[in-house]
Amino acid sequence: MMTSDALIFGLTLGKILLIAVPLIIAVAMYVWWERKVIGWMHVRMGPNKVGPWGLLQAFADVTKLLIKEVIIPTNANRFLYFTAPLLSVIPALAVWAIVPFDNGVVLSNANAGVLFLLAMTSLGVYGIILAGWASNSRYALLGAMRSAAQMISYEVCMGMALVCVLVLAGSLNFTAIVNAQAGTKGLFDWFWLPLLPMFFVYYISGVAETNRLPFDVAEGESEIVAGFHVEYSGSAFALFFLAEYANMILLSFLAPILFMGGWLSPFQGWHLGWLSDPGWWWLGLKVFIFATSLLWLRATFPRYRYDQIMRLGWKVFIPISIAWIFVAGILRYFGIVTIGH
Amino acid sequence: MADESGEIRSYTMNFGPQHPASHGVLRLVMEMEGETIMRIDPHIGLLHRGTEKLAESKPFNHSIGYMDRLDYVSMMCNEHAYVRAIEQLMGVEPPPRAQWIRTMFDEITRILNHLMWIGSNALDLGAMAVFLYAFREREELMDCYEAVSGTRMHATYYRPGGVYRDLPGKMIQYHESPWHKGKDLARMNQWREGSMLDFLDAFAEDFQHKVDEYEELLTDNRIWKQRTVDIGIVSPERAKALGFSGPMLRASGVEWDLRKTQPYAKYAEVDFDIPVGTRGDCYDRYLVRVNEMRQSALIIRQCVKWLRANPGPVMVNNYKVAPPKREDMKESMEALIHWFKLFSEGYSVPAGETYAAVEAPKGEFGCYLVSDGANKPFRVHLRAPSFPHLASIDELTRGHMLPDVVAMIGTYDLVFGEVDR
Repeated sequence: MMTSDALIFGLTLGKILLIAVPLIIAVAMYVWWERKVIGWMHVRMGPNKVGPWGLLQAFADVTKLLIKEVIIPTNANRFLYFTAPLLSVIPALAVWAIVPFDNGVVLSNANAGVLFLLAMTSLGVYGIILAGWASNSRYALLGAMRSAAQMISYEVCMGMALVCVLVLAGSLNFTAIVNAQAGTKGLFDWFWLPLLPMFFVYYISGVAETNRLPFDVAEGESEIVAGFHVEYSGSAFALFFLAEYANMILLSFLAPILFMGGWLSPFQGWHLGWLSDPGWWWLGLKVFIFATSLLWLRATFPRYRYDQIMRLGWKVFIPISIAWIFVAGILRYFGIVTIGH
Repeated sequence: MADESGEIRSYTMNFGPQHPASHGVLRLVMEMEGETIMRIDPHIGLLHRGTEKLAESKPFNHSIGYMDRLDYVSMMCNEHAYVRAIEQLMGVEPPPRAQWIRTMFDEITRILNHLMWIGSNALDLGAMAVFLYAFREREELMDCYEAVSGTRMHATYYRPGGVYRDLPGKMIQYHESPWHKGKDLARMNQWREGSMLDFLDAFAEDFQHKVDEYEELLTDNRIWKQRTVDIGIVSPERAKALGFSGPMLRASGVEWDLRKTQPYAKYAEVDFDIPVGTRGDCYDRYLVRVNEMRQSALIIRQCVKWLRANPGPVMVNNYKVAPPKREDMKESMEALIHWFKLFSEGYSVPAGETYAAVEAPKGEFGCYLVSDGANKPFRVHLRAPSFPHLASIDELTRGHMLPDVVAMIGTYDLVFGEVDR
């Protein structure tokens, strides 16, 4: 006979697998979609040889990475060298525990979900710093230093943007934040309207946080070759790769949840039948749009210089964020923004 | 990194020869403090093939193909300098049609080179799309190379006394494939129905819109401007003192272009402007090159107009340097002898020395040729524009950051084939 503890354990494990396995497959498909979209934007084909429309390309790549030899540089710190990819992939996966997929469909409906999110995304930077340090390479070290400075400063902006959302929603719980955006004015009830500058700050900080173009100085292909992971190969590199793309998908989930009404319909309260009903498909559509927009950035923009990124973060975004926290407070205090149903 | 007193000093970093932004085999030994460059020492010679020495052991015509391989993105301009040097020593004047063809292909080459440059410079600074857009157009012009010479890059098309053969009457077309069929194929072939000149005319007309596309992605892009404005500034005086030429010199505000100041081929008869910069930074060099592409397209159209109206010979009728016609060889003993002598012994060039320079896309490409009267050159020296450009890297990037070095290497438009020779 199964004890109730074991039952809960088994159920939770099942839920975790139900999130983690599709997530990893989503990462693979996202990589395929990235290569396809960028290919179209670059007037070329993208992958089209492995499987129909090149769909199996990502899986072929993963297989290749997993069976490749993992090379450890001479004089590298072995322990830290292998800890680093784990430190970067574990938080990237753990953070999905608090991401809601629909009203109530969440692994842990934690009251302090936003705090958990901040804690987990902050941990990711350790993996990058340690990778750069343990590789015993100057390119890797430069990449690690850049990325540490960049991620820490943009976390401040992101935190401020989240504070504005919290002020309006009055809760640290993601489900509550989405439900606070419900109303009868369609998409104009969502937080992007009162928090428009913070929406952009959050989105751009998120791009910087995930080290994507135009903020990919930590990898900076043409400057420091591959930055912090220049010495990594095989499955160790695959973990960094997985972490980066999982974080990109996370950003594509959080931006709609915080600012774009999550699973709420953009036509809510307009009485358009099923089009006005909330549902997971709305969240899926929004995630898809945000995820694709990240690829669009990569396909077109040049790369910032590292000190220019810092200037943008500290001299532009943080003053805007601080000012807008007060604006959000005023909006809330005088009841200009109404919350919830 | 730290001395006994515990103070942190600059450290040395090795950039290249295998590095995504080293444009071939450039090796930079950089002394850095954090990300700031204290000193750069460029190491060259990894692509040295001894072209100048090899030329001394071969009949004159055999070395034309080596010239293509110097600056392997502006092939025909290199040939032009070498071929002109031989012509000057021998006193041979190519027929006008050959000179117009040379003018046209020099400009095609300039566009080829600048497309390669705009793509790789943008790619160095992270903008991927421009690279592939530029290569789309590059492919069309490569087909022109192939149409006249049979090969896409190392053409060996210019010969002393003219060019290898006249322009083809029919442009090569795309064949049907699983990737290109139906409407797509018809679109790709729409310019290729007529002669090569028709194709070039259509291309040059459309090319201005293509340059607009690149400019749309870069010229007013804030990130692009932040990365290039005020990076690597060269004053006009320093640019001259450092031996700069071509767009590097003109971006600093010096209006010096061999096509205008010492016209060769038919440049005196075509109408074009020389874009000149004001600040001498990476952004100005970008603007100068982009506008040069537009001007080149205009020159190409003028050449096409002349070449359509004026058929004629493309090679001198001098059997010392040009092979006789096949038909003549069937009947004429003289012609057969000339043919045999030309392709075995070559020809002898009167003793003397000369310097011939052309405005290659990267700057002044010159050939200093000494002949002792034999069928091989006594000495060939090639003046490659990239060599003095690269020598200035320490002066221009000191105090800048590592990513600026990459931007700087991008605007130098280096090709190691000609730096190392």
